[in-house]
Amino acid sequence: MAYLSIRQVSKAFGGPPVVDAVDLEVPQGRFFALLGPSGCGKTTLLRMIAGFETPDSGTIAIDGEVMNAIPPHLRPTNMVFQSYAIFPHLSVFDNIAYGLRKLRLPKNELKARVEAMLATVRLEGLSGRGAGQLSGGQRQRVALARALVRQPKLLLLDEPLAALDKRLREAMQVELRQLQRQVGITFLMVTHDQEEALSLADQVAVMNNGKILQVASPRELYERPNCREVADFIGEINFFHATVKAVDGDRVTVNGGLLGVVALPRANILFDAAVGDALLLAIRPEDIGFADAGLAGTLAASTFLGETTLFQVQVAGRSDPIVVSNYFDPPSKDVHLNFPPDMLIGLPES
Amino acid sequence: MRRQGNGANVAGGTGSQGAQNGYWLLAPTLAVMALGLAAPLGLVAVYSLKNQTGISLSEGWTLAQYGEVLGRASYRTLFWRSLGISGLVTLVTVLLAYPMAYFVAFKARRAKFVWLIALTIPFWTSYLLRVFAWKIILGFDGVINSGLMRLGLIDHPLTFLLYNPFSVVVTLAHAWAAFAILPIYVSLEKIDRSLLEAATDLGDGPLRRFLRVTLPLSMPGVIGAAVLIFVPTTGDYVTPTLVGGPAGSMIANVIEIQFGRIGNWPMGSALALVSMTAVALVAGAFVLLARWATARVR
Amino acid sequence: MRKHALLLYALAYLAFLYVPVLVLPIFSFNDSQFIAFPLAGFTTRWYARLGADTAMLHALGNSLKVGMATALLSTLLGLLAARAVTRYRLRGTHAALGFISLPLFIPDIVLGISLLLMLGAIGLPLSLGAVVLGHLLVCVPFAITVLVARFEGFDRDLEEASADLGEDGWMTFWRVTFPLILPGILASLLLTFITSFDEFLVAYFLSGTEPTLPVYIWGQLRFPERLPMVLALGAIILAVSVALVALAEYVRNAGVKKPMVGA
Repeated sequence: MAYLSIRQVSKAFGGPPVVDAVDLEVPQGRFFALLGPSGCGKTTLLRMIAGFETPDSGTIAIDGEVMNAIPPHLRPTNMVFQSYAIFPHLSVFDNIAYGLRKLRLPKNELKARVEAMLATVRLEGLSGRGAGQLSGGQRQRVALARALVRQPKLLLLDEPLAALDKRLREAMQVELRQLQRQVGITFLMVTHDQEEALSLADQVAVMNNGKILQVASPRELYERPNCREVADFIGEINFFHATVKAVDGDRVTVNGGLLGVVALPRANILFDAAVGDALLLAIRPEDIGFADAGLAGTLAASTFLGETTLFQVQVAGRSDPIVVSNYFDPPSKDVHLNFPPDMLIGLPES
Repeated sequence: MRRQGNGANVAGGTGSQGAQNGYWLLAPTLAVMALGLAAPLGLVAVYSLKNQTGISLSEGWTLAQYGEVLGRASYRTLFWRSLGISGLVTLVTVLLAYPMAYFVAFKARRAKFVWLIALTIPFWTSYLLRVFAWKIILGFDGVINSGLMRLGLIDHPLTFLLYNPFSVVVTLAHAWAAFAILPIYVSLEKIDRSLLEAATDLGDGPLRRFLRVTLPLSMPGVIGAAVLIFVPTTGDYVTPTLVGGPAGSMIANVIEIQFGRIGNWPMGSALALVSMTAVALVAGAFVLLARWATARVR
Repeated sequence: MRKHALLLYALAYLAFLYVPVLVLPIFSFNDSQFIAFPLAGFTTRWYARLGADTAMLHALGNSLKVGMATALLSTLLGLLAARAVTRYRLRGTHAALGFISLPLFIPDIVLGISLLLMLGAIGLPLSLGAVVLGHLLVCVPFAITVLVARFEGFDRDLEEASADLGEDGWMTFWRVTFPLILPGILASLLLTFITSFDEFLVAYFLSGTEPTLPVYIWGQLRFPERLPMVLALGAIILAVSVALVALAEYVRNAGVKKPMVGA
């Protein structure tokens, strides 16, 4: 049974629905990411879970208890705001102790709990600092500590790393992952950064236009996206229009246009395909090789990425260049491309 | 992406519920304003359409008061003088205050705060006494005259100092200076300094940069200051009474007389409404003109 | 060189602002009924007489009452209205704000006589209460301007964070909203109090038999022999105002520097 259970939740702000009949199950104790482009409705969904917005329809339940009618201050969730929302008039200590007032703890116990939390987020010794004297990374830690100290059933993170610079973001990714393992609380993070989602989360839900497109592990999302939108959103990918020619045994033969007729493993076709169906062949740049023979093209541009280089190859009969990733430069501008059939996947033509 | 267009949603409230809360919050203020502003102004309008005989009002409606307000030459002179003096006061005050505000915003650096305090202290005493101080300074046996005579620079007191439009303008330009300095300072302070650097970078010298960037961007402050000064000075009563003399009396003086000594409330009401309308029209026209001019400069 | 020109101008302008105001304290210590040079010697007798002037003290009491009532009421109304317009997207917000700030565009004399007419029409006597109502018209727009600015700088996330951390609306207000807008509230109280305390024309029409301090001063200006006393009064008002502002500044700075440790 899922820990957070969202059923048929919709929300509109006087226009088309921002969240459209979403179903989502989040298991306990995991790091779950809600990934999607700006305006896809993910933040609204998060805010409905926290109680800051009310669903127009559908139910949100946490640990079996329906939350719809419960105001935010009584919900077993806590949130790390995108802005961090550190109270500017309070010290670090008072920020973290803010949500513990109702427990009426004795002073030394309160102090112990806050200090322990400070140690968890590695902010020892900063408890007397004012909110204005903190760096971006420190503010993020205070926001985390302030939410975690209440031991919520569900920690909600709204683009928690977006406000940090690149190096700090990478360091905090590692820490956030460790922190989740350490405290064991279910984390639900909203992000538009696919790299962040893939590297942090156990499971990722990809969202667009108010709908959830796919829920899967990061590896599965990358290797077996269930539709063009997901494939496109996560990493670079090349698409080719094709039609199914024959289905025999564990191979499917398709007419792949520029790619010619190829037979790919049946397991690579990610939908129920029948002979004559249109489909979209997709292949990641790193799966395409330079070869002596194969599809002929010309090198149009290249981007050096450090370890690998990304090449744009222009081929006759296709307007977009094909994107190829390789460790080495090809010997000349005129190249031939090799598409291993096992690396091709087939998606529904939408 | 955040909060898709709905600012009204707090702590589980729906949009319409939130809006309702908002109206409740506004209601007391609106009620006070309705009681203290709308109703009384309505009454002024009613009075202005009546005739008064003795102390009782006529039954029917009449435009007689307006006929007299707009028709009588002495009133017309007074209206024009009031608007003229206020216009001049506004112009003088803003022109004098602009360089001051500019200095504080751009040149005072660390001492900015000290300057702001120093500039506002003179306004922390009674308006009445600030105006009265000018009477003491400009008067027949006042500070200037007694001082100059003591120094032997003049034999007889200068009489052109007090009781004329000039003394009214000087006094008001002093009394309302803070209302010009502060808005202009705020609008200058808001200007992104990189815009000025960009203008220099694109080849503007200091003067062109001021005319093409600084001045247009500070116009909201200038316009605000002008309106803030023009409206109350047109209707000012204290200054023309204390330092204006017969040649410097303004519209508020006759309104006061109608409500005071003469006791002709309908006439006073009509005068009040006409002057209020005139002020609003002139101020509105000025704002439009200033915006248009600002747009042209750019 | 140009920088110096501007500095010189600024100093000259400052002199223009200060000279008339300095007349008050200078001549308030002058041992002569006549306000003219040369100065006749130092005296504090004007101040002593002022202290014995019960009518003046009564008017001062009236002004303090009116000022405090106006400051509290207009700040309260301003708080509610500023909250409404910054927090909610309401239809007609602009119209409502325009209506509320209308008194800024109406000469005070019109406000004064219109309230005078209304009191007459409904048969209420002139009173300090009427003066407060008149002063509210003038002060509420100021209060709203100050408070809206404060509320606009206020991050809505902070209130949501408080709710998220388990506090209901009321406690959120006391623990987060109120401390953060307190400087705005104090500024509004100060501004509206000073405005009311200094307002003459509306009070002149509405105060009836209970003069406020400016109305009382106005009455004194006709008597040359009482002028030095009036100047002494002006000097005191100036000194108290400056002391108040200095105190407010001191408190503000102290508040910033004070480290806030402990639960």
